Amino acid sequence: MRAVTWQGRHKVQVDTVPDPEIVNPRDAIIRVTSTAICGSDLHLYDGYIPTMRKGDILGHEFMGEVVEVGPGSTLVKGQRVVVPFTVSCGSCFFCGKEQYSACDNSNPATTSDASETLYGYPMGGAFGYAHLTGGYAGGQAEYVRVPYSDVGPIVIPDGLPDDKVLFLSDILPTGWMAAENAMIEEGDTVAVWGCGPVGLFAVQSALLMGAHRVIAIDHYPRRLALAKQLGAEVLNYEETDIREALWEMTGGIGPDACIDCVGMEAHGMAIDNIVDTIKAHTFLGTDRPHALRQAILACRKGGRLSIPGVYGGMADKFPIGALMEKGLTVKSGQTHVQKYSQLLLDLIAENEIDTEFMISHRASLEDGPALYKKWHSEQNDYTKIILKPGMEPSHEPA
Amino acid sequence: MTSELRDDAPATAARDADRRAEEMGRDGENAVIGRTVTINRPREEIYAFWRDFSNLPLVMDNVERIDVMDERRSLWVVKAPAGKTVEWESVVTDDAPGRLIAWQSVEGADVASSGRIEFLDAAPGRGTMVRATFSYDPPAGGLGEWIAKLFQREPNVQARRDLRRLKQYLETGEVTSSASPSGRDEDPTEQHP
Repeated sequence: MRAVTWQGRHKVQVDTVPDPEIVNPRDAIIRVTSTAICGSDLHLYDGYIPTMRKGDILGHEFMGEVVEVGPGSTLVKGQRVVVPFTVSCGSCFFCGKEQYSACDNSNPATTSDASETLYGYPMGGAFGYAHLTGGYAGGQAEYVRVPYSDVGPIVIPDGLPDDKVLFLSDILPTGWMAAENAMIEEGDTVAVWGCGPVGLFAVQSALLMGAHRVIAIDHYPRRLALAKQLGAEVLNYEETDIREALWEMTGGIGPDACIDCVGMEAHGMAIDNIVDTIKAHTFLGTDRPHALRQAILACRKGGRLSIPGVYGGMADKFPIGALMEKGLTVKSGQTHVQKYSQLLLDLIAENEIDTEFMISHRASLEDGPALYKKWHSEQNDYTKIILKPGMEPSHEPA
Repeated sequence: MTSELRDDAPATAARDADRRAEEMGRDGENAVIGRTVTINRPREEIYAFWRDFSNLPLVMDNVERIDVMDERRSLWVVKAPAGKTVEWESVVTDDAPGRLIAWQSVEGADVASSGRIEFLDAAPGRGTMVRATFSYDPPAGGLGEWIAKLFQREPNVQARRDLRRLKQYLETGEVTSSASPSGRDEDPTEQHP
């Protein structure tokens, strides 16, 4: 089969690799019909995530048709399914608490040592995301082996096209959980840092959950326009002092909840961020938490901080004083995708949530490497890219 | 810790090797490996799985097979470096159904080894805390351990991973694997069992 593989920093290519096979009873094989490139794939592309290996298949947002099942799978050949990016066993203590991304069994024994050292306990498995999370082959491919297929994939009813439901795999539940973690109350002003796909879904979710106002922060005009279209007030940090603006807009109280949808590769020219960039490039620190620092400082006293943005290692100059003295509540984590699948599928089917507005490009799997480059360098225009393995490749130069 | 009052930590977490060895009833030269894992299954079920030693190769990566000889004795065939195997006979020295199993290689075995596995109730609704302690004398002392490390069969790592696989198998019915294709040169179908 054909698959997008990681070859090193800023280098991906499409390779012919062996087809996957059923390994365990609960497995299924999916023929991929749509797969997206995620913002967190950029962290891999930029070489920020340790334990990637040359030749690993990328991609953790994918859906397709069930073509093969093991005897323990509950799926049926021919069904259309969206696959959560998190691999979850469904039977451990954590899955029992619906903390699916914390699954205690989905990271194979031989790959769980690294996260045990790095984070204190072994992390759960995930598709296409380095060997720290199991080294599972990803979904930017024609076929994928899906373990524990009786727990993860959600069956899609006929009549809902791929483009409407694909984002159930990651970014929609991630934006939703980000808003849920902000514990929104009536009258709340919610500030969202980052208007990438997760930020845009967090904006939409926060409004659905009853936020009085949502203020979205970014510097790409097109992304800010999308946030505005959803009903947010927007701030461009290249034109505006964000803390001053948030103070004024909330009458000196501050946002009740702040959501960091940026994560470890924050842009921006603030001094702390430049220092972080130098440190990250010299391997003295891995994370550039500029947006997170700003969110902590901007948040009102007794407010809530939700962190769906991805961080991998250590952060420097973390304003723990502001966090403690103001009594902030922090909620974070990789998304417990399976917990939200059915609810969000229903909201899509009822047209309560719009998913297609952010899709800027659709292309063939073969165009993957060229689009990684574009996604990396032209973030204003490339808001969300979907690869369709069945589609004719474009002949545009990469 | 040198005070008279011992804390409540299990012996394998002790900083002094003497105490660990004393707890195991073996001399201080032996490597002692201990780990506790919580398994979301009843005590009796986990005990029954372990008590039938022929099951253990399902979860113990370096054990090729275990032949059960009788109620107390079993023959362990264990993978060794360079595709070889080592064998020894092991005998059950303590057996409290649902609570504890202990075993030990017989006198004169090439690899002197012993093990003990305890089953403790976890908090209500959380299954069983399984505490395993393994003690062994590497073949040819330090050299054997060096060889073991070289072949990625370092006993500490091995024990930790074996217990993870035990948990996976009993909780999910399978041993988790990320085996799938890749474009990696060295070994495109390399498995992570």
